[in-house]
Amino acid sequence: MKIPIIIDGRMVQVEQGTMIIEAAGKADIVIPTLCHHEAVKPYGSCRLCMVEVEQNKQRRLVTSCNSPVDNSGMEVFTDTARVRQIRRSIIELLLARCPDVPVLQTMARQMGIESSRLKKKGDKQCILCGLCVRFCEEVVGVGAIGLANRGTEREVTTPFNTGSAVCIGCGSCSYICPTGCIEMVPDKLDPRLRTLTMGLLSLPECSSNFQCDSCATNGEFLNEMRRVVSEFRSLSEKTPS
Amino acid sequence: MKRINSQTDLENIRDTILRQRDIFTKNIRICNTGCRARKSLKVSVALSQEIKARELADTVAIKETGCHGFCELGPILVIEPENIFYCRVKAEDIPEIISETILGGRVIKRLLWQDPQSGPVTCERDLPFYREQKKHVSGNCGKIDPTNIEDYIVNNGYAALSKVLTTMSSNKVVDTVISSGLRGRGGGGFPAGIKWRICASAPGDVKYIIANGDEGDPGAFMDRSLMEGDPHSIIEGMIIGAFAIGASKGFLYVREEYPIAIEHLTIAIRQAEEYGLLGDNILGTDFSLSLGINKGAGAFVCGEETALMVSIEGKSGTPRSRPPYPAFEGLFGKPSVLNNVESFANITQIFRNGAAWYSDIGTQGSKGTKIFSLVGKVKNTGMVEVEMGTTLRKIIFDIGGGIRNSRNFKAVQTGGPSGGCIPISKIDMPVDYDSLREAGAIMGSGGMIVMDETSCMVDVARYFLNFLLFESCGKCVPCREGLKQMHTIMTNICEGRGEEGDMELLSELARFMTTASLCGLGGTAGNPVLSTIRYFKNEYEAHIFDKKCSAGVCKNLFAYEIDENLCNGCTLCAVKCPEGAVSGVKKKPHTIDIENCIKCGICFSLCKQEAIKVV
Repeated sequence: MKIPIIIDGRMVQVEQGTMIIEAAGKADIVIPTLCHHEAVKPYGSCRLCMVEVEQNKQRRLVTSCNSPVDNSGMEVFTDTARVRQIRRSIIELLLARCPDVPVLQTMARQMGIESSRLKKKGDKQCILCGLCVRFCEEVVGVGAIGLANRGTEREVTTPFNTGSAVCIGCGSCSYICPTGCIEMVPDKLDPRLRTLTMGLLSLPECSSNFQCDSCATNGEFLNEMRRVVSEFRSLSEKTPS
Repeated sequence: MKRINSQTDLENIRDTILRQRDIFTKNIRICNTGCRARKSLKVSVALSQEIKARELADTVAIKETGCHGFCELGPILVIEPENIFYCRVKAEDIPEIISETILGGRVIKRLLWQDPQSGPVTCERDLPFYREQKKHVSGNCGKIDPTNIEDYIVNNGYAALSKVLTTMSSNKVVDTVISSGLRGRGGGGFPAGIKWRICASAPGDVKYIIANGDEGDPGAFMDRSLMEGDPHSIIEGMIIGAFAIGASKGFLYVREEYPIAIEHLTIAIRQAEEYGLLGDNILGTDFSLSLGINKGAGAFVCGEETALMVSIEGKSGTPRSRPPYPAFEGLFGKPSVLNNVESFANITQIFRNGAAWYSDIGTQGSKGTKIFSLVGKVKNTGMVEVEMGTTLRKIIFDIGGGIRNSRNFKAVQTGGPSGGCIPISKIDMPVDYDSLREAGAIMGSGGMIVMDETSCMVDVARYFLNFLLFESCGKCVPCREGLKQMHTIMTNICEGRGEEGDMELLSELARFMTTASLCGLGGTAGNPVLSTIRYFKNEYEAHIFDKKCSAGVCKNLFAYEIDENLCNGCTLCAVKCPEGAVSGVKKKPHTIDIENCIKCGICFSLCKQEAIKVV
């Protein structure tokens, strides 16, 4: 059932249950995000997609990636002062953690952040959005990598930090990573296989967070991904380990 | 044991047990949970041996109970029916207690609690610590043997369940909880009945009921005391909850660090199953429920609703973004209700005494009683249960007996690490969910840490930030990165590197985290900072601009000095100083060499003349 929803003054008709972020996309309103992708379940960790929702005369902040549209007459505001302030704070915090990541630098420029006021600077490349982990588990169906440790020690890694016995080298983690911190290199022993390393950037910067057409984060991309995955799977099954 | 198949069976069993107990003329209650830290097990063994040796086992009953509450004085031993309260009892005291009090009928004065003003107090009920309390939910703690279901049944146990299963519909149960006004005791204060109603009406055949016993706040032990001291009241509440929402499987999530709680709950579940009060066809009705215990591995964040459920599922405990809400999609994707163990114990009270009785207790917005663990620089530490709306002054000064070492009250920290610090100006504030929130603190699960003038409020905020930084799961950006930055700024301030603008940046980050974080941990993590800036701004300013810590806590920001008018040259400080930084001649004022002083505070705490000052 299609229902109407007002986003930034524009009315859109979407299926009930569509997430706000996708409904906004239908109205050509881009809500920034670093951890959401239509191929995987909503995660809500980067908090960049927060918007204000007015319902029953009450305004509240929600993450648009996991808040579904309902027919209670909700109105969504994606560009209020509160929303902008939250986005700025998130980018400022992430930039302090990863000062050299292009996607963050671009976003900061767009939001008018000259430099982070925060003193504690890191040198990380990974923003812990978890896209690679979720993609590997939900789309590829392998679960070769996971998030280990807690808090500031949290990191993406393989079980027990050793070479993964289940990784099929499909490269989807490398592709999906918004900061480009997972690199694919040819396997030293078997060049047909590829090894993944957490290292420096390997993908070009994309100004629209890898959601533009050239990034092909659409159905075609997914089909291609599945094809690559099944190809690698059959290859790895044939290769004696 | 014969299964209990009806309400009549339950009443018959109660009568039978009561008759069997008529033979005892004395009943000795000794705490054997919390007091184990003060060797109560030895006292207990000595007591049984003595009773056996004097052939008193037929007339004197020994009851190894849960926490009596007055933990400061452990081990605690109470003799009934006279209600004689002995504290700090040692195994060596036992023969004297038996010959003097049990056989001779005389009270041993040195084992009584001494009121600082009026001298020794004989009866437990006359102690100011207990007199001002309303022990409903924790009423059985310290009274019954938690490992014996008969003790619970005799004290009206499972009567509420029997009433619910035989006379009420699940809708009626939910309505009763709503009309009682019970708000969740885990910290958030969400109306329990509403949560139950949403879950009861959520589509699905499989639903789960979960009790949260993952108490992780520093200095909090009320849930622990309840699980150890009266496990059946929690189980009874859970069965009622399961009946209300239509669950046939339940979980108790208890932290691994609480072995006695796990042991007592395990025993309680087994006994309830044997008596037909848990398992298939409870009390002979069609309703069935099985309960299991899950042990938490020590992550503070697993006390959060969704993280706890993820942890039960066997995954690493990180919170999940809401919606979907657990009442629709909770444990294993099924509709689930999660309440704190104390909430379930409240449920039992509501159905035992009626919703009207319950809603008469407390304030307009917060009904019933609340258990607090009163700790810190207060004289009488322990587990305290008071009516909602009781003032902080009553809790800290009447029940708690005031501040130790005749120092002055400075602040009380409520609600654990995500709570806030409340200053003296708010001491007459009634303690309920809404007043605490207005004051910038939270009810939390009920920790209450009292601080005096030797506590530095900036350092206190830094301590809690440090705790939260360590316990943050790291999933969402505001909590993970925000805490790291706030902790850095705070450490700088405490170490003398504070700058102008730090306070404003801290407030901005704290407010941002409150609005943008994924779960309650990050959502309340700003409270310690915001509340201390709100009430103790002068201390922050002294740290940042004057580089002074007047409480003498932040080592870079103060020095010790000997007041030559007060020093009598006893040499104690010079003898005890590990660095040899104190010099002086006997009976002449001493001096501290600031260059060598490591500010360990030994001289400060030892000086009887109070001649050592913080400057």
